Amino acid sequence: MDIRSQISMVFHLDKCIGCHTCSVACKNIWTDRKGAEYQWWNNVETKPGTGYPTKWEDQSIYKGGWEKKGDKIDLKGAGHRKSLTNIFHNPHLPQIDDYYEPFTYKYLDLIESGPSSDQPTARPVSLITGKPMNIKSGPNWDDDLSGSPDYARQDPNLEAVTPAEKEALFQLERMAMFYLPRICNHCLNPACVASCPSGAIYKRGEDGVVLINQDVCRGWRMCITACPYKKTYYNWNSGKSEKCILCFPRIESGLAPACMHSCVGRIRYLGVVLYDADRIHEAASAPDHELVDAHLNIILDPFDEEVIKAAKENGVADSTIRAAQLSPTYKFAKVWKMALPLHSEFRTMPMLFYVPPLLPVMASIKNVDQSAQKEKMNEKAKVWPDKWLYDTSTDELFGTIHQARFPMKYMAEMFSVGDENKVEEVMKKLMAVRIHRRQVTVGDISEEKAAETLAEAGLTAEEAEEIYYLTSLAKFDDRFVIPAAHREQAMELMEFAGDKKGDTGFGFKDGTAKRGL
Amino acid sequence: MNFFESFLFVGLPYLALGVFLIGSIWRYRGNGYKVSSLSSQFLEGKRLFWGSIPFHLGLIVVFLGHLLAFLIPAGVLAWNAHPLRLLILEITGYAFGLSFLVGLGQLFYRRITNPRIQAVTNEMDLIIELLLLVQVILGLCVAIFYRWGSSWFASDLTPYLWSILLFRPDPEAVLAMPLLVQLHIINASLIILLIPFTRLMHLLVAPFHYLGRPYQRVIWNWDRKKVRNPKERWSPTRPRNN
Repeated sequence: MDIRSQISMVFHLDKCIGCHTCSVACKNIWTDRKGAEYQWWNNVETKPGTGYPTKWEDQSIYKGGWEKKGDKIDLKGAGHRKSLTNIFHNPHLPQIDDYYEPFTYKYLDLIESGPSSDQPTARPVSLITGKPMNIKSGPNWDDDLSGSPDYARQDPNLEAVTPAEKEALFQLERMAMFYLPRICNHCLNPACVASCPSGAIYKRGEDGVVLINQDVCRGWRMCITACPYKKTYYNWNSGKSEKCILCFPRIESGLAPACMHSCVGRIRYLGVVLYDADRIHEAASAPDHELVDAHLNIILDPFDEEVIKAAKENGVADSTIRAAQLSPTYKFAKVWKMALPLHSEFRTMPMLFYVPPLLPVMASIKNVDQSAQKEKMNEKAKVWPDKWLYDTSTDELFGTIHQARFPMKYMAEMFSVGDENKVEEVMKKLMAVRIHRRQVTVGDISEEKAAETLAEAGLTAEEAEEIYYLTSLAKFDDRFVIPAAHREQAMELMEFAGDKKGDTGFGFKDGTAKRGL
Repeated sequence: MNFFESFLFVGLPYLALGVFLIGSIWRYRGNGYKVSSLSSQFLEGKRLFWGSIPFHLGLIVVFLGHLLAFLIPAGVLAWNAHPLRLLILEITGYAFGLSFLVGLGQLFYRRITNPRIQAVTNEMDLIIELLLLVQVILGLCVAIFYRWGSSWFASDLTPYLWSILLFRPDPEAVLAMPLLVQLHIINASLIILLIPFTRLMHLLVAPFHYLGRPYQRVIWNWDRKKVRNPKERWSPTRPRNN
């Protein structure tokens, strides 16, 4: 048993309003530089949609992640052989146009252009070439475009959905969408690390943050292919790869990463979990249908005496163990089993878990003849006088989940390797907590019925209250449980404090006793 | 042998080797961050394929051919003793030389015509690409006009190269060579001299060590077995890190 601690995250999709505050916070701090203009270490996608870069989930195009070969797994588009044979030209590398060509406007022309018979205009210019360009795509280009033929219908996850379900999903009146915020998953079995020929990418042992050493990176570009989530980015100006660093300078000072700190919907949770590193390979090689369980199984119970003892022997600090016990991510992913990893089939074992959204699923349940309905519509108010589209009654309990507005298969493709039961279990829990709270606050549901719902979802009333608290009321310290970085042991996690003693102050990296080269 | 000639065939090679050795170390230590070949595939991929692959493939094979004649001249001569084997060697070398030329030509054309690539091009990129173009054209001309290069290189030029390397410079053989061959040698010195100042530095950091490395890489900033043990002596040496 090799117990390590890992920073993990939970995004509660029911609460995401798609405001992109996280993206902007991240951009302002980290990627507002030449060569990084197109990079969004944090981005928010509209689902169904093609995402960023376009169709990133389709590994038949990008060849990301691991694939199972017999008992073993190997990288799909990179690896010991391919990372070297493809080094002169990587056939699976996304191009900048798969993201978008960064641009700005020549605002000064509005003020300084000479007298003319036309209005001055600010033409868009490329941030790469500096020349005027026609904008074909941009950040969040497909934002809110659910149902659009170019974006929503091209969603790779829709391949598993039946044509009828697909059509139903895109009927104008029944259209639904949800938001999917994405950052680097800081995986347990990272494909980017494995693919790097230079060895520049590494996982930080103490907290599992995946980082790229910019001095060692030589720009061989294999990580961009290998990461199935397309969360390593090539900086065309510096010739290096860059990625989300989970705001490690903030984490080391006990602050939440900028995207999480600024989250308006408070959808984000961050905490550490203890896991068994010896079992990573075994779990990552599990058969498809066991992947999610295998992933969650290597996360260990931080209250277990054996686990605590082994963790201590392995150098895990007491404060980290304590943080693991209080971790909101442990509760969501492991105790309540409400959070699922995104696309486990890529086998990188992402440590970012998602609570799948319930709202668009339960909002529409009825199948009514539309022509009859049209006649009933109030011409002025443009509404129907009855509950045709939205029915919030709770008589049927879980009936609504099966007549979901989003095909359950679609959710399963994203969050549980196609296993609809897994997503359904989470949905039931989300619904049960709602019904329980409705019984408590509104009171139009009988206690028996609420209890029955909870029992069917496998929750107790106490658990439901806890879930309700962490979902709706949780304060900063409940959502972000960040253990100390232990500067008494390492000044920054990068350097030994002993190395710095007696140095010449700010700016000198070498010791004063050092002479020559 | 006048002063000018001795500079070109004795002084220049030593200057080139010296600058290459010291310059590469200086560049790697002083500005290691920039030791790479700024890939532009992200900005343009299709034309790069038809340039980069034939260029690298051609260059590597042609370079290995030169290296072989330099290291085992007797072996090459013995191989060439049979006319058919000589032809096979020459034609193979020429084919890869052509691949080198076509690839490099495509790369150069792409670099000067594509606005996106222009944005990431500097003077040294153009200079080194032009020098390489001159070098490969000279080499191809020599192979056509002065047959058979693989044999006379092994017998006449290999001793010259060894004489330079062993600090007993003897350029007599080169002085008797035709102008095209002499230019090829001078240009080769120039290219070696410029390596530390160009993107060619990336050939020194070719990542062969990747083959012997396990896939996953975890870096600890402290020794986790010792860090919690009060009996362990504090150590000023950092644990293995980057």
